[in-house]
Amino acid sequence: MKTLNTILAGFGGQGILFAGKVMAYAGLIDEKEISWLPSYGPEMRGGTANCSICISDEPIGSPLVVNPNVLGVMNTPSYDKFIDSVEAGGVVVVDSTLISQKCNRTDITVYYIEATALADEKGFHGLANMIILGKLLKETRFASMDAVKKSLAKCVPPKKAQLIESNLAAIELGMSL
Amino acid sequence: MKGNEAMAEAAIQAGCRHFFGYPITPQTELSAYMAKKMPKIGGTFLQAESEIAAINMVLGAASAGVRAMTSSSSPGISLKSEGVSYIAGSDLPCVLINVQRGGPGLGGIQPSQADYWQATKALGHGDYQLLVFAPSTVQEMVSLIFKAFDKADEYRMPAMILADGMLGQMMEPVEFPEKAEVAKVEKPWATNGHQGKRAHNVVNSLYLQAPELEKHVVERFKRYDIVKANEVMVENYKMEDAEVAVVTYGATSRIVKSAVNSARALGIKVGCIRPITLWPFPEKEIAAAADKVQKFLCVEMSMGQMVEDVRLAVNGKKPVEFFGRTGGVIPTPAEVLEQIKKLAGK
Repeated sequence: MKTLNTILAGFGGQGILFAGKVMAYAGLIDEKEISWLPSYGPEMRGGTANCSICISDEPIGSPLVVNPNVLGVMNTPSYDKFIDSVEAGGVVVVDSTLISQKCNRTDITVYYIEATALADEKGFHGLANMIILGKLLKETRFASMDAVKKSLAKCVPPKKAQLIESNLAAIELGMSL
Repeated sequence: MKGNEAMAEAAIQAGCRHFFGYPITPQTELSAYMAKKMPKIGGTFLQAESEIAAINMVLGAASAGVRAMTSSSSPGISLKSEGVSYIAGSDLPCVLINVQRGGPGLGGIQPSQADYWQATKALGHGDYQLLVFAPSTVQEMVSLIFKAFDKADEYRMPAMILADGMLGQMMEPVEFPEKAEVAKVEKPWATNGHQGKRAHNVVNSLYLQAPELEKHVVERFKRYDIVKANEVMVENYKMEDAEVAVVTYGATSRIVKSAVNSARALGIKVGCIRPITLWPFPEKEIAAAADKVQKFLCVEMSMGQMVEDVRLAVNGKKPVEFFGRTGGVIPTPAEVLEQIKKLAGK
């Protein structure tokens, strides 16, 4: 498997770090080398939030992703910040409900999905992150579906176990796009 | 598991039942983990009124012979320095954790390695040393916590884990031993109640008679010689045929290894020497490398601190260059690769 260096980015509160955890744990369950590194500090207080996730067959060097080959973005400042840093050949999923720009790079593949609008429409309020993750799963196969299911069960705290199902449904919706 | 949480769990498994802390980013998850776990296993978690109070509580607990720990980040470690000196002067074992952030002053909260001098040379006044361990992965954070407690007990001296914000905040797979092996060290010196069966034990760092103080310090330094002879830890990465050696430690070594691999793909013979113990410093290993390689490059997240120890060890035999980013900026593999290429003349 090709090493996937992923950045997920958006506003604090969109579940960016959570989506990253689900991704990392899924990689772990598939017995890959993984790392997850959050942005931390003043950025988190209402501003942008992002995390780096590496999934690889080899030990992870720098856990900080500078040039991602996978990018999921959920707000305009993050789009502006990261779109030019994506490696040639990279895969980008953009939440086009919140980001109006279109990318004119021809060396990367960009998918525009109305994740936030779809989440509200289909009763998955607050799960746009999982729709983005589902689309990323479809386009990059960062882990097996089975691993993603197990990862959700691991990442959703026991007190909120009832949310596992809707998170999974949102991932499946993302995969259908 | 996050690095901070993994260190907390490892400390508990290593038998630490007494944790005293004061919150500070980017180490707070460690204290939070202790706050959650310690009450459930009959241990003590105490959030002190200040860092200074916390380190003095460690002094008290260590005097009684139990495994005690405190953790903080750079500015908080500075506050603890007086207590650390007292602990060293009283020949007490304990474990200190520094999840470094940018400095000086309050600095920033992003990862840094600018406390190397503080940790290895001068965390407090007086003639003394700390054992300083520098992990580079979450798994190594766990194994070095076990080691730090064991070695602190064995040599009756404080041991520090010198981590940084990147290692503290990142999550990586980590395995804990099924049954933790913890060295049992007798502590006949502990002030834990003599029950009329032995003479009083005294824990003290004050000696007003100069010859008496000198005697204690000299004895302590004899122990340091044993530590230097036996406890050096270092990793050599792709050094077999290396012409350029990059010396680096902690989280930065991960970035350097990525750069070394890229440079190797370009045909540059480069390797990496990673001190795992910063004190004792692997001076012999670096001196030996100086007979083999042509050039050294030292990479740190600072303006250049460990590079001084590298130059001392190389002792003028070969040129030692430095590359660093500071203030919380993390060097990229591409930047390090550029430096390696420059040094290799490519």
